[in-house]
Order: sequence, then structure tokens, then C-alpha cells
Amino acid sequence: MMATTPQTTRIIGSDGFELHPADETAMRKEMAHYEQPQAACIEALKIVQRRYGWVPDGAIGAIARVLGIGPAAVEGVATFYSLIFRQPVGRHVVLVCDSSSCFLTGFDELKQALVSQLGIDYGQTTEDARFTLLPVCCLGACDGAPALMIDDDTYGPVSPDDLPGLLEGYP
Amino acid sequence: MSQSVSSQRNSLRYRSRLLQPEAERRPDTHPLTWRLRDDGEVVWLEEYLRKDGYQSVRKALDEGDPQAIIATMKEANVRGRGGAGFSAGLKWSLTLQGGEMPRGYMICNADEMEPGTFKDRLLMEQQPHLLIEGMILGALANNSFYGYVFLRGEYVESARVLNRALEEARKAGWLGADINGSGFDFDIAVHTGAGRYICGEETALINSLEGRRANPRAKPPFPGQSGAWGKPSVVNNVETLCNVPAVILNGADWYQALSGDRTDDGGSKLYGISGPVEKPGLWELPMGTTGGEILDRAGGMRGNRQLKAWLPGGASTGFLLPEHLDLPLDFDTVGKEGSRLGTGLLAMAPQEQSMVALMRNLEEFFARESCGWCTPCRDGLPWTVKLLRALELGQGETGDIELLDKLAADCGPGLTFCAHAPGAAMPLQTALKHFRHEFEQGVSKPRGKAHQDPIPVGEV
Repeated sequence: MMATTPQTTRIIGSDGFELHPADETAMRKEMAHYEQPQAACIEALKIVQRRYGWVPDGAIGAIARVLGIGPAAVEGVATFYSLIFRQPVGRHVVLVCDSSSCFLTGFDELKQALVSQLGIDYGQTTEDARFTLLPVCCLGACDGAPALMIDDDTYGPVSPDDLPGLLEGYP
Repeated sequence: MSQSVSSQRNSLRYRSRLLQPEAERRPDTHPLTWRLRDDGEVVWLEEYLRKDGYQSVRKALDEGDPQAIIATMKEANVRGRGGAGFSAGLKWSLTLQGGEMPRGYMICNADEMEPGTFKDRLLMEQQPHLLIEGMILGALANNSFYGYVFLRGEYVESARVLNRALEEARKAGWLGADINGSGFDFDIAVHTGAGRYICGEETALINSLEGRRANPRAKPPFPGQSGAWGKPSVVNNVETLCNVPAVILNGADWYQALSGDRTDDGGSKLYGISGPVEKPGLWELPMGTTGGEILDRAGGMRGNRQLKAWLPGGASTGFLLPEHLDLPLDFDTVGKEGSRLGTGLLAMAPQEQSMVALMRNLEEFFARESCGWCTPCRDGLPWTVKLLRALELGQGETGDIELLDKLAADCGPGLTFCAHAPGAAMPLQTALKHFRHEFEQGVSKPRGKAHQDPIPVGEV
């Protein structure tokens, strides 16, 4: 496996974005798991996203420098994967499962309730920057359908009546 | 946070569970789940070892004959539980090894995203060491020096449990250098993804693992010849790998006998059911259990609904009818009915469900999740969605249904790099076959001028 190289310089991307030293350390630790550093690309994007909530433009070049690959390769990966956000999202991301088992057990009502309670649709963020709403592939919680995920927490079955109390837990 | 808010969060939190009490699960009949606890807590290393954990690795290392592992797996005919049903032993026998060939990778496909499927999550969240044990055996058989669990990003709990279990196994000498004094080196890392269903396709998974966009690769070369970083790589589903330890300990005949005379496929299977049924859930049952038995275990359809159609193993399998409930759910029998066993987790549609709406939902999924590599998939699936949306609203045009037929045929096997498009075609073709009248009811307009003629309909 790759040897970790010690950090020597500050990693600065475009727009004056400066990679947090702890993030660079975390990326180099991930790189050690693979034959080639590019394999840590998704994890590197997730490391930046954990700090900022999304991946700012300048981070693309910074990650590329750490991994030793071109920025286009990093951007290509960032824009392919649905859980990497290339624009700002709210403090909490609500992922609604819209796959078949949820569709068969009340997804439509649940989604409508989310849209009306949050006042936003897919891909939008509430004005107070609290919630972003997105659809997601089957969450693997079909015996608890309809299901949704808020940040790292999976819930199900969730009825429209459960929503106010549930959302309250995410200030 | 107030107490009531936090208690509501806890009561709504999803927990993976098996609907079979410990008393019903025995080592000789329930190799996948007999160690699971009724309280749903994780079976950590100490308890796992007490319950005969890692005995198969001990045995295999003592015998020191990787080819014997492959031979036993071939004889047992453990068929891929990710849905394709390909013999794991046969796959392993095709991995290049020996001579100048470098040691390669043992990759676990834990990207469980097939709509309606919730089985691998249970195995990883409650019994991580069985998967690790299976991966070590796979590594021994395929001469792999390193393993990855390719885990979907949303399975946060699985990642937590697996990482802790891997640490336990390393400390106890079951992973790392010189495993159990055998001279064999092997370790495993958890690689978490960031969404996209296509990552579950094995060559797309390898691209994703390498840090690229998850486009599938052309086959051949197969991963066993040239996989991750050009090295021989084996990709197996979680449940498949969890079958290996018991097969190695108890032998191929025992495994074959698990399914009794229900079917030629051996072993047990994690079967499950979801949709509007009384008690959706998951059970370990003999391979070849019927859909009717599973529906019975779930207490039937919810609130006296009538069953209209069902998917036997995910969105990419074909629709079956109530009359198919008596069929043994094995790979070949379901295949003969124009569907596939897939993951073996049933999704039930009630009588009042519009099949056009359900198809629209399924194709929206496939269209969104297409990686965009091949034209029939990238362009054909959104077109399919557009037609289905019109039909659902009763605004379809004459010829739309024939066009759907053609779009589905264009997505058929062999016309695209991977099985995503054929997977999208299968439910559509079976829905059009069994419920064509529902689609026809959505046609209300003559063919629009823009649509007249340019597309030859009917031939691929």
C-alpha cells in the first residue's frame, strides 16, 4: 500500500480556498488504503463536505493536488455521485426514498407533506438554510417503508403526521 | 432537544431485523442467521468465537489447499446472491493466479441499492464477523492480498459496525500479516460510496473503487483476469460471502441438502417481503421457498387488499402474477417465467395499484440512475419515462405502447455495456405483457405530427 508522505506545504486551491490541515491528514490516511491515490477521491470529497456541508469550487483543485491527479478528474467524480454536493445545502439534508417499496406504501403522501411543511421541492434549500430536500435510491429499509434519511439517521416507517416532531429534532 | 422530540426520533429510527426468533434458528439449518441475537444487538468477536466463529478459516488454513475451497464451492453451487445467480465457485475458478501473476483483490459488493432489497444490511449491522470470515476464505481461494468492502454511503451503521469488527479481527490475529500463524497475509478496508445505483454493477464498482466515475467496463477481460488496478479481482455479494464459512465447514452435500427437494439450487436464502403487506420482513428460509409461503409469513396483504402483481427480487426483475405464488423461488424456475429471482426480496403490488404509475416510478428510478455510458440507456430510459408519464395522465398518443415495446427491446441484453438497461427493460416488458390493457387506457390522442414516421417501430 502507499506510504503516507508528510505534509510539507499548505494546500491552496482556486478562490483562495485553503484545505484544512486535518482534512489533508485524513485524506493521506485514506490514500494509504489503496494502490493508487486517486482511489481516495470520493472519500476526499466527503472529508471536505463534512467540514463545509458541500464541496466549494476551490476544494476541487486542492484535492487534486493532494491526490496528484488533474482537477478535471476530481470534478468528474464530484459531479457523478449524488451524495457529493457541489452547491451549498442546508444544515440538514433530507433524503426521501422514492423507490418501489416506498412508492407502494405511501411515498407520494410523505413527499407531499415534506414539500408543504418545508416549502421546498427537490434540490431546494429552505430560506433559513436549515433543510435541503433530495430524492434517494432505495434506502434498504423496505420493511420500514416509507423511509427517509435525515443526515446520518434512517427513519421508517414515517407517516406525514410524524414529520413535524421528527424535523424538530434537527434545528 | 426536548425529551419528547428525542424519543420520537428513537421510535421512528429504522432498525434492521429478522422476523425469526433464536429458537427457530439452528446452526445446521440457518447458516446465515443462527448466531443473530433476538435483541438485535451486534454479535461481536467474543460471542462470535463462542458460537464457532472463524472455525472455517482455521480449517482451511490447516488444510492449506486453496483449490479445495474452490472445488467445494463449485460442488455446493453457491449462486450469487446479489441477484445474478452466477456460481461463486465457478467465478473463483476463473481467477488468474500462480506463476508471475500478482496477488489481487477480494472485493465485497455491499452496495445494496436494488429497490426492495434490505438483506445485506442486516448481516453487516448485526453479524459483521461472518462476512469477514467469508472474505478471508475468498482471499485464500483466490490468492488475494487485500480486500475491500464496497459499502454504499448511506449505510452509516454498517460502516461503524464493520470498522469496529475489522479492528477486533486484526487484534485477534484473524486479519493482517501471518493470519493465525499460517504465513498467509490478508487485510480488509471499508470503502464507502457516495450514492449511485450503478456502483453495484461489478465493473462499475471497480471503477468507483479506483476513484473514477462509476461507468461499467467492457467484459472481457473479466475482473478475475484484470480487475482493480489491473490485478485479478473477485467481486461477491455480502450474502454470497456469508454462505462460504458454513459450506467450507460442513461440505457441499450438507449445503445442497439445505433446500431439501424444493429445488436443485442448494442452501438457504434470506427472503423478504415489502409493500402493503401486514408484516413486511426478512427470514432465512430454504432455497426454493415459494412466494406464497413468504406472503403467509408476512400475514398476507394489508387490510384485505388483493394481490395484483409482484416483483420477486428487485426493480430489475420481471412482474409475476398471483398464480406464480406457488413456484419455488430459485434462480432457474423464476427465470423460466420471464423474470429473475434477483435478490429474493419480494415487493407486492395491490389490486388498486395502477401498473402504469408503478412502471413510471420504476423507470424514473432507472433513468435517474443510468450512468449515461450507453445510448439506449441514457436516452431510451428518459424517453420511456416521458411516454409513461403521458399514459399515466391519459394523454398518450397512438403508437406509444409500440414505442415502449421498442425502447424496451433496444435496452435488451447484449446491446449495452452492463445489465442496467436490461434490468430496466424486464419489468416494463412483463408489465406490458400482463397488463397491456392498462397502458392502452392511457392512449387518448392520435399520433402527433412530430412523431409521425421518423422512428421505425417494431424492429431492433
